[in-house]
Amino acid sequence: MIKASQSWSGRSFDTLNVILMLGLCIVTLYPFYNIVITSFNDPTDAARGGITFWPRVFSVDNYRIVFRDENMLHAFIITIARTLLGTATAVLFTGAFAYGISKTELIGRRFFLMMAIMTMYFSGGIIPYYLVVAKYLHLKEDFLVYIIPNLFNVFNAIIMLTFFRALPKEIEESAKIDGANDLRIFFQLVLPVSKPVLATIALYNAVSHWNSWYDAMLFGGDKLPTLQQILMQIISSNSNVSQLASQLGFGAVSAASLKLATMVITTLPIVFTYPFVQKYFVQGVMIGSVKG
Amino acid sequence: MNTQRTLSKRLWLQRYLLILTLPAVLWMVIFNYIPMYGVIIAFQEYTPFKGFIHSPWLGFDNFKELFADPTFRESLTNTFKISIAKLVFGFPAPIILSLLLNELAFKRFKRIVQSLTYLPYFVSWVLVVGFMYTLLDPETGVVSKLLVKLGIIGSDVMLMGDAHSFLSLVVITEIWKNVGWNSIIYLAAIAGIDPQLYEAAVVDGASRFRRVWHITLPSLKPTIIILLILSIGGLVNSNFDQMFLMQNSMTQDAANVLAVYSYKMGLVSGRFSYGTAIGLFQSLVAFVLMYAANYSSRKLTKESLF
Repeated sequence: MIKASQSWSGRSFDTLNVILMLGLCIVTLYPFYNIVITSFNDPTDAARGGITFWPRVFSVDNYRIVFRDENMLHAFIITIARTLLGTATAVLFTGAFAYGISKTELIGRRFFLMMAIMTMYFSGGIIPYYLVVAKYLHLKEDFLVYIIPNLFNVFNAIIMLTFFRALPKEIEESAKIDGANDLRIFFQLVLPVSKPVLATIALYNAVSHWNSWYDAMLFGGDKLPTLQQILMQIISSNSNVSQLASQLGFGAVSAASLKLATMVITTLPIVFTYPFVQKYFVQGVMIGSVKG
Repeated sequence: MNTQRTLSKRLWLQRYLLILTLPAVLWMVIFNYIPMYGVIIAFQEYTPFKGFIHSPWLGFDNFKELFADPTFRESLTNTFKISIAKLVFGFPAPIILSLLLNELAFKRFKRIVQSLTYLPYFVSWVLVVGFMYTLLDPETGVVSKLLVKLGIIGSDVMLMGDAHSFLSLVVITEIWKNVGWNSIIYLAAIAGIDPQLYEAAVVDGASRFRRVWHITLPSLKPTIIILLILSIGGLVNSNFDQMFLMQNSMTQDAANVLAVYSYKMGLVSGRFSYGTAIGLFQSLVAFVLMYAANYSSRKLTKESLF
């Protein structure tokens, strides 16, 4: 191995590879960096362009504009609420199902598992789904529309199922002999020893709640905006920012400010927590890929 | 009689286990299986007032209209054009990345590159499209300034509004967002290769390139084939989020893919049945493609998903 990489072509390949990977890191990170520096630049000055490496005229005006905006604050609260509540409920709900079908003695286990796996391949599509949620369940413009339809996820269920199956049976069996029922075993014995997989699934759920805009567009209306949905509205009317600005009642510069500062605010929680939780994300893929 | 009693006894013994399991089963019925049944409205003239069951039947009228609809044909062409471009350029990208990462001598540097390249997977398409508008702005965008300097585009081109650049932007951003994350599975497979194989190859005097070609790639083959079958099944699904968000008044013809057209017809114009027919067509094609890919892979390489 060492001998080969000491050859001239081996070393030049290594150098080229390192340069390539450094380039990839820059390409990955620069967009994040660029919006951060531009968001901390004076909005009028930023409209001239040319902010490449650091803010030219430092200012926090962009953030002032965002935090003065009532709609934005409303969206902030809704997004945080759905992320916290939605994550906690989804982990429990999906986990309970996964634990249930991890027990070989469960009646109908194969049928329930088959039901879950079928949903990975077949779906009714968006329109029947919309009709069920909006017309039959009447969840439109109801905060619960962010929670209930996201309670279960088949991919997460399979990751948890794989984890539960690998747990040692002895503890549960001795608890059963001591007279504990399945509910107690699940909540008091299984959940505490399943922290790694719970963390992984919680993170997947939290990211998807935090990033969601589609259900907000379909079901939230103007009453229940989420951050990403507002960002989406600002971005999708980008080709005529000035028109949007006049709709919202301030200048074109402010609309750009709103966009930048919102982009930074919606991204920072992910970027900052990411280094600490990254290993949990990868863990999920590993557990999941054993199965699939 | 006897079996019935034992069944009810077993059910009673498992009551707590069932309490844990059945809510999710009910959830699947409501959010997966009733919508699947709701697909029948593709054969009806659905009106919200009459619902899934009582709307009048139309037979295949929606599909007849569909196949005569030029916008539908355009969306079908766009879907395949975009998906094939993504498959050709996007599918090999994580394989190449994992091979390059694997060749890095400093393991710490490798880990840092890996962690950084996973990051874009976790941000939303809304944000990615926001990045694009910011960086590709003809007046203030850093990337479009760079492209002008390099002579790749003219000085006043608004890339986000340019239908000809749409396909390239779709493929590039798709790779930017997912290449790192998709490489995880290949890196895991590479990590599982028996080191003795490489040692033996070194003894035999195989060069680095030959080791990758004769050991690493063949070991990745099963993973590559499974993921390829899944990608082929996904050929008609061309990422709704990305298409919907990247479109604007100037690129909407290029961004008109099946998923977007189904959404627009069904939920924006309120033609629920017609939109569902588009969606059903899309699902059927996806299923046939996946089945065909799986079948030919089983015949040709003995690897298959199911």
